[in-house]
Amino acid sequence: MIVLEKRPQPSKLWTAITPVFAVVATMIAGGIMFALLGKDPFEAIRTIFWDPLFNEQFAAFSRPQLLVKAAPLILIATGLAMGFRAGVWNIGAEGQYIIGALSGAAVGLAFYPTESFFIFPLMVIAGALGGFLWAMIPGLLKVKFHTNEILVSLLLVYVAEFILASMALGALRNPEGNGFPGSRNFKDYPSAFNAELLPNTGLHWGVVAAIIAVIFAYVLFSKHMMGFHIRLAGQAPKAARFGGVDPARLILFCLGTSGALAGLAGLFEVSGPAGQVSIDFNVGYGFTAIIVAFLGRLNPFGILLAGLLMALTYIGGELASFMLGVPTAAIQAFQGMLLFFLLAVDVLTNYRIRFGKRKVA
Amino acid sequence: MTEERLSTAGEDLLTIAGLTKAYPGVVANDQVSFAIRPGEVHALLGENGAGKSTLVKMIYGLVKPDAGTMTFKGMPYAPSEPRAARATGVAMVFQHFSLFEALDVAENIALGMENPPKMRDLAARIREVSQNYGLPLDPDQLVGDLSAGERQRVEIIRCLLQNPKLLIMDEPTSVLTPQEVAILFQTLEKLRGEGCSILYISHKLEEIRALCDHATVLRLGKVVGTCNPRQETARAMAEMMVGEVLHVPLKAPRVPQEVALEIEALDVPARTAFGTSLKDINMAVQMGEILGIGGVAGNGQDELCSVISGEILVGASQVRLLGNAVGDKGPNARRALGMLAAPEERLGHAAAPDMSLTENALLSGAVREGLETRGMIDWGRTREFAKKIIQEFDVRTPSANTAARALSGGNLQKFVIGREILQNPSVLVVNQPTWGVDASAAAAIRQALLDLASAGAAIVVISQDLDELMEISDRFAALNEGRLSQPVEASGLTVDQIGLMMGGAHDLDPVPASSEALA
Repeated sequence: MIVLEKRPQPSKLWTAITPVFAVVATMIAGGIMFALLGKDPFEAIRTIFWDPLFNEQFAAFSRPQLLVKAAPLILIATGLAMGFRAGVWNIGAEGQYIIGALSGAAVGLAFYPTESFFIFPLMVIAGALGGFLWAMIPGLLKVKFHTNEILVSLLLVYVAEFILASMALGALRNPEGNGFPGSRNFKDYPSAFNAELLPNTGLHWGVVAAIIAVIFAYVLFSKHMMGFHIRLAGQAPKAARFGGVDPARLILFCLGTSGALAGLAGLFEVSGPAGQVSIDFNVGYGFTAIIVAFLGRLNPFGILLAGLLMALTYIGGELASFMLGVPTAAIQAFQGMLLFFLLAVDVLTNYRIRFGKRKVA
Repeated sequence: MTEERLSTAGEDLLTIAGLTKAYPGVVANDQVSFAIRPGEVHALLGENGAGKSTLVKMIYGLVKPDAGTMTFKGMPYAPSEPRAARATGVAMVFQHFSLFEALDVAENIALGMENPPKMRDLAARIREVSQNYGLPLDPDQLVGDLSAGERQRVEIIRCLLQNPKLLIMDEPTSVLTPQEVAILFQTLEKLRGEGCSILYISHKLEEIRALCDHATVLRLGKVVGTCNPRQETARAMAEMMVGEVLHVPLKAPRVPQEVALEIEALDVPARTAFGTSLKDINMAVQMGEILGIGGVAGNGQDELCSVISGEILVGASQVRLLGNAVGDKGPNARRALGMLAAPEERLGHAAAPDMSLTENALLSGAVREGLETRGMIDWGRTREFAKKIIQEFDVRTPSANTAARALSGGNLQKFVIGREILQNPSVLVVNQPTWGVDASAAAAIRQALLDLASAGAAIVVISQDLDELMEISDRFAALNEGRLSQPVEASGLTVDQIGLMMGGAHDLDPVPASSEALA
């Protein structure tokens, strides 16, 4: 019989190894899925993981895309990790992302066509503030009325999507756009455009913000009392109370920070790679970031790597569906497998497997 | 061969020969042999970790021995699971009850039976057995509404319904008031009279002297002696358990001083469905004084400890520290003023299980030990503080980086108590300071508390161990259903007086109960 035995302490080795394990298992299971769909599994896996970076034909386009796609994921996931470590489950980063983008874009568009250096920084502040305030709704409701932040934050995503549609069709619509939905394009408004800092690298202000966020989160978790209290509250809520942690303050800090970072990600996206507020400029980064946060073990540097990996599967997935005709749904299933296997092998950090007869403790 | 040796002990009910059980890194039982006669109350004595629990788990079929044999009524006995043990006639009452609070007594008992009869018949059986043995119990009552003593009766009656030949009881009196202990002993005497043997595990030596015919003493997994408890002194048995001469803490004489901690007209409603609300608590503790608070678990001890630690906030002036109103201040604000606490639950409350000892030193030491400046943690100083606790309180651990949950209960307890004492508090509340700690370490903790008091700290010790409270307290009070009795001088208190302060036995007193049963 196979028996799971609790380790006396969590294994450091396994904490580091499990993501690799999960990636390999995903490749195997995904390969089987692609084979069942009648595609060559080896070619599909190579197209997803290898071609975007090293194929001569595609790499020039794909490599900058890696940073463009990874930045919002890392930015959002870093914020989410704070909450997840404390046991505060912000599932609605997608909504905070949308509201952040709308707030920042609205500020920028309000100044059109004035050109000035302060417009983009103002948009950044507005974006962060928009995400922060949207996340305060589940935060304050939880603190005051003990509502469930998972439900409230998730449902607010749909509210945000409706607001986005209404804005793209109404208040923020381009007056010179011949009635087409969508706002003015920021590419045509230099003061408000989140341009590439170095040509053809994909490096924009969002990437810089993501790296700063990762370093900030690392310092918070390893050197600051707030980070200690976040970990404490997640692991042992009663001990946290004894240690003087104010649960309400912690909930608001975690939701507020993750909301602000999601809002920032939205602003950098809408003012740069997306270029305009359109009905569907959001592509689900807020949800994918949840996978990224767990894939990175809720560790800031882990999230950095996980964000890059996830971005790779996005780009590679598009490539695979374009080149090999793999259905988009199969690519999404492939990404889902990654989270599934990660959570499944996670058990090995706290338990070891023993083969043989069960011993009664 | 062992078989031949066993056959000579034909008249014994249960013979144990050479039982050995090893776990990774520790031999829990090493060649343990003894015999229990029919109708005998046999005590199993030993400190925490001596191997008593492993031994009875083997007898009850919960653990398989690595080596050795057991013989029950002359037949080889090797239960593969508790069901087999129960079928043979062995029943066990555990220290921790396995009852569902939201179900009633009869439902709880039915849940543990192989083929439960109809509820109405079962209820009648429960009434009959409880009457016979002087353990009154209403089958229709919700277990959540019962006291600890009454819950234990549910467990005992659950066993008695099986007509056991051998009843194993693991630390049965740790949750009882002295009056409830008296009732339990009458029941056990009656059982003995009917020929049922009892294997009685305890470290309360006076009880064993009063009740048991024979005692087997375990130390570090080995049988180190047997004795007739009625002929030994408690001290002699304790030294047999510990293997060394016991150090009795010294108490210095005390002169009245300024009041350090004051609690006034405190009412706190229960926070959960089965929690306890505190009702009209008043107390004052002087500098240099130890106030002992006794009572059966679940009568408001955790709540009172949380009120003093600052985890439960009340009106500002309801808790005063050296005259300052602190009732509305949180734990860290109180720590800054010198008011510290060590809660009962070590893992999950006093310490975070998955965090290292260093991190757990930071948990309550950040403020007073200056381990943080403007939010940034000084891990170097924190590690030093953790090492100081480990050294001065003899915490056995591989390093300060070890996770709290990897330590034994006693070692973690030493760490938790040491962490607070080394912060040099002016008021300290400790809940169950020596729970699960071996006798010599317990003596060291008590001595440290006494030293702290003689250095001028006001200390509140909440404990269920009355001997401990009598040993170190200057004054004694009892918590009963959330009410605190008037504190009285501890010296000269009799066990009966203490029992009455603790609320006596619930809903009955010993004498009428037994006469009712006879009628």
